[in-house]
This record gives sequence, C-alpha cells and structure tokens, in this order.
Amino acid sequence: MRKLAIVLLAMGCLPVAALAAEPVKAEPVKWEEWHAGNSIEDTSSLQRGARNFMNYCNGCHALKYVRYQRMADDLKIPTDVLSRDLVAPGSNALSYITTSLPAADAVNWFGKVPPDLSLITRSKSPDYVYRLFKTFYVDPASATGTNNLAYPGVAMPAVLSDLCGVNQAVFRQDGDQKLFDHFESVVPGTLTPAQCDDFVRDTVNFLDYVGEPTQIERRTIGIWVVLFLILLTWLTWLLKNEYWKDVH
Amino acid sequence: MANEAAYKPGFWGWVNRRLPVDVFLRSQLTQYYAPKNFNFWYFFGSLALLILVMQLVTGIFLAMFYKVGENTAFDSVEFIMREVDFGWLLRYLHSTGASAFFLVIYLHMLRGIMYGSYKTPRELLWLFGMIIYLALMAEAFMGYVLPWGNMSFWAATVIINLFGAIPVIGPGLVEWIRGDYGIADATLNRFFSLHVVALPLLLLLLVALHLVALHEVGSNNPDGVEIKEKKNAQGIPLDGIPFHPYYTVKDIFGSAAFLTLFAIVVFFIPTFGDLFLEKANFEPANPLSTPDPISPSWYFTPYYAILRSFPDKSTGAVFMLLAVSAFFFLPWLDRSPVKSIRYRGWIYKTFFAFFVLSFLGLMYLGLQPAQGIYVALSRICCVPYFLFFILMPFYTRWDPVKPVPARVTAHA
Repeated sequence: MRKLAIVLLAMGCLPVAALAAEPVKAEPVKWEEWHAGNSIEDTSSLQRGARNFMNYCNGCHALKYVRYQRMADDLKIPTDVLSRDLVAPGSNALSYITTSLPAADAVNWFGKVPPDLSLITRSKSPDYVYRLFKTFYVDPASATGTNNLAYPGVAMPAVLSDLCGVNQAVFRQDGDQKLFDHFESVVPGTLTPAQCDDFVRDTVNFLDYVGEPTQIERRTIGIWVVLFLILLTWLTWLLKNEYWKDVH
Repeated sequence: MANEAAYKPGFWGWVNRRLPVDVFLRSQLTQYYAPKNFNFWYFFGSLALLILVMQLVTGIFLAMFYKVGENTAFDSVEFIMREVDFGWLLRYLHSTGASAFFLVIYLHMLRGIMYGSYKTPRELLWLFGMIIYLALMAEAFMGYVLPWGNMSFWAATVIINLFGAIPVIGPGLVEWIRGDYGIADATLNRFFSLHVVALPLLLLLLVALHLVALHEVGSNNPDGVEIKEKKNAQGIPLDGIPFHPYYTVKDIFGSAAFLTLFAIVVFFIPTFGDLFLEKANFEPANPLSTPDPISPSWYFTPYYAILRSFPDKSTGAVFMLLAVSAFFFLPWLDRSPVKSIRYRGWIYKTFFAFFVLSFLGLMYLGLQPAQGIYVALSRICCVPYFLFFILMPFYTRWDPVKPVPARVTAHA
C-alpha cells in the first residue's frame, strides 16, 4: 500500500519536477565518494541513531547479536526510557533485538528476508550504508517504485522518503552507458536536507557501534597498553645496554 | 658437563639428583655460546616462539567459547566478540597473531637466506624450519575456516579443490578431505580438530627439533663465520657470548618492541585494512553467494598469484608446489664458498634482489583480481622467482666472492 502510494506520488509529481528542474550542472555528483563522517564517541548521536533504528529499521531488520540492555548501558540510555520507548512489545531488556516481521511475510512482500544488520558496517562499511540511504531514486520499473545507486535493484523501499523526500535521478548518456549525473527533488521531505543528512549519519553511527560494540573500550584500553609497552621497551633497552657493556 | 648441582645440599640438590635441571640450563642457556654479532635480523626466531606461545594461550581460551558446527560457529565468534569478557581482545590477539606469525617467519626465512644459514652444517636445521613453515600454513588455513564467514567458506572451497588437480586420485581425495560433497559441517569439524590438536602438537614437536638442531650446530651469524673454529684455552668460542644473560635481555627488549607494534594493530587497526580480517568474513558462510574477488590471506598470496599465472589449473598447481618446495633444496643448490651476503658478489646480489622483489610483487598481485595487467605482471614476477632457484648452482659458482674474515667483524 505504502509502496503504491510512493509510486503514485512520485509519478504525479514528475511533470512538476521537470518544470522546476535547474539547469544541468557540468560536474556529475560523485556519490561514490560520500563519507558518513560519523563518530562513535558522540554518544548523543548514537542515542538518536538507536531511536531512528527502532522507529524506521527494526520493523523489518533485526540486530540478533545485540541485547537491549547492553545497548542501553553502552549508549547511556536510562532504563525507563529503554523499556518505555525502545524495547519492542514481547521483548524485555535482556532480549536480543529481533524484528516482529515474520520471515514468510517478508518473502511474500519483498521477495527475501531483510538481512540482520548486526554486522552490516563490518561486512560493508559505514560509508556504504550512508550512501545506500542517500541514493534512493524514483524508478517506476522497480517493484518498490524506487531504486538505489549504491545497491542497484535493492528490495528495500525508500523508507526515509517522508523525512528526506523523494528524488529523481538524472542520468546522462556517455556512449553506450547511462551514467548518473545528479538528483532532483521530486517531493520535499519533512526534514531539511541538512537535518536528513544528520538523521542518516546518526543511524549509520548507531549501526557502526552495533557492528563492534567494544570499539570505544578497545581504543581506551589500547592507549594505556601501548604507553606501558613503550615504557617497557625503553626500560628493557636500558637493561640490555647495561648487560652488553661487558661485550667487546 | 658434570652435574655439580647434584652435590649441593637442600632442595636444589635434591631436584638435580633426580632431574638434570641445572645441567640443562647450563648447556642450553648460561654456557650455550652464541655469536656476539647478531643484528636486527636475529630477533625473529625468538619472536616466532613468543607468538607461538601467545597463539596457544589465546587459542585455549577461544576454544572455551567457540562452538564448532555450521550453525553455531559464526554466532559463537560474535558471542566472543560481544559478550565474553575481553573476548574481543582474545580474538584480535589470535587473528593479528596469525598474521604477525607469518610476517616474523618470512623475515626469519629471509635472514636465513641472506646469511646462508641453511649451508653446512645447518641443512637439517633449515629443513625442520621449512617443515614448520608448511605446518604453519596448514594451521593458519584451517584456523581461517573456523569462524565460518563467507570468505572462510570460499577460501576453503578454492584451496581444497586444488587437490583435485592431482591425477587419478584427485576427485576422491578432495571428497575425503572435505568429508562431504561440498565444504560442510564435516569439514568444519575436522578442521577444528586438526587446528586445535593435531597441528599444534606437530608444531611444538617440530619447534623442539628445530631448537635441538640449532643448539647442536650453533647459530650462524651475519658474517657467516663459524665461531667454533676459534676457541680459547677453556674451549669457549672467542666470538661467542653466553646466550643467557646477553641474548635473553636482548630478546626481551626485542619482544617488548615487537609487542608495542603488535598492540597498536590489535587495539587500533585490528582488521588492518581488510588484510588481517576481511569484510567478506563478517558475513556468514553462504554457498550461494561468492565473494568477489576470492583471495586468500596475504601470507598465501605469493603462491596464489603463481597458481593464477598459468591458464591451466593443474600446471598452476604444480608450479605453486614447486615455488614452496624450492626452499627445501637451497642447501644443495647453493654452491658458493661463502655463506653471508656480505661476502658474496654482484651476481648473487642481483639474483637475490630480484627474488625478494618478485616475492613481494607476487604477494601484492595475489591480492588483486585475476585479470588483465595483474596476471601479466604475475607471469613476469614468476621468472626471477624461479630463476633464483634454478640457476643457483651456476651463478653461486661464478659469483665473484670477497674474502671472509677469520673472526666476526662487529657486534650490535
């Protein structure tokens, strides 16, 4: 239903978009070089990302290796907020983050089960997930009504279209190849482009944390371990020289 | 060597009348004389031993939480990464340790080649070392399969299928190794058994033999001079110093310096840009989806590049085997009257330089996709690689060598 709505909305707006189109820019947009620019140290960004995930992703995607409580501890989310706003009905704070979407329904609706996202930033990269979110465009030929530059033929609909708007991709012909040139907004979202960008960045940041929850701890401990070992190396160097004074 | 400690009163005497601890420590450490001119290249033997111990210890703890089986292996690795206290540290120490092991072993082998350490009387020492290298490759390959990621699965598929190139018995052998018609649960289970029991035992035995052989003939050194030929009145080599304390303190320093670099990788760059832990291996094994491109770990890629240089798989496999086994024959291929590169002439140095460059080149090329320029460059690199071995009996004889001094020249 929602899919259909997006398609109809997009189709209806196409002529308007064409009228409003700006003159074609000389330089094509290099979306392949976009970076998420997220920071794992930014706890409030991670908290917003967790909220975004629960509201927009968790309907279909699970995080089967992450427990709610662990996430709340790491992200400094108060327990009452966790159980009130984040824990899904039927789960408790110690549950792993599953999705309520039954696998059979998923196959019927999307043709496949939406992947678990626990390791998506490790098997791909945070930048990849960022580009995926940012490169949906209207494609009436696609089953979902939209397609994606980072993941052509993706089964996922453009779930952020109400926030970030709907884009039309403008391609240019280069010999036999159809190459992407730039996006044109068809329907604006409820968020400004900058707010949308932050929304995506927070969500990617959260998924980056989920990919390796221990990474902050790892770096924090690492600094002390390396400092200790540098000191140890220096001391053992002095010790070695003391002994080797005798060798001529 | 007299067992003097056996006559001492008290506990130390009691023990030594029953077990020759003191005799052992003297003969292997405090009265074992090593050349005094070891340089930077001589750290890597003791570092390899350090890494072996580290891999055993971290491996023991990982095996407490790892659950072998096609449906449990991947999840249990993530459980270790997320829910076991310091499990992430154990895993990163072990995965980084595997790469560090090969780095150190390659430098150790390069040292052996540079200073002619495989030449008489150290041929057996070299052969034991080479068998350790082969056992280590098997150990690393099987360990790589255990997390049951998608690259684990496909690397296992590709590598085991190589045995299919053997005439007549090939296909049956492949099935026997896998224990199934494809890489499956049975394969994973036997690799676990081999990785945690059989191969570590074999490695420990071989390392013991390597050390016994080393202490029998004594270490070579950067000058390639036999220190046992010049002894003082007490029978102690003039250029020798007791291993303990001199080389123990030096190796402790070497270990601390190594561990500093190692810790930087473990704590800050554990995937090492897709070289130590690959992206594709954070996806569970999937027989229906092939990672693109399939590449083995960086320490296998020189041989993998050689394999891919030949259009025909069987020929490629033969040359890959030759590339590894050629090292075994070095003691008999090298006809030079001198050991160390310091006293060899320009002909040997040229061949040696091209060999090292071709090995590094193949290592890089094996990580690239098997197409176009990469395959062409691999073929070019194969030439100096094999010529280094094939022509060695000739160019080492023609090489204009320099006179070797009677005593070692310097010490660090």
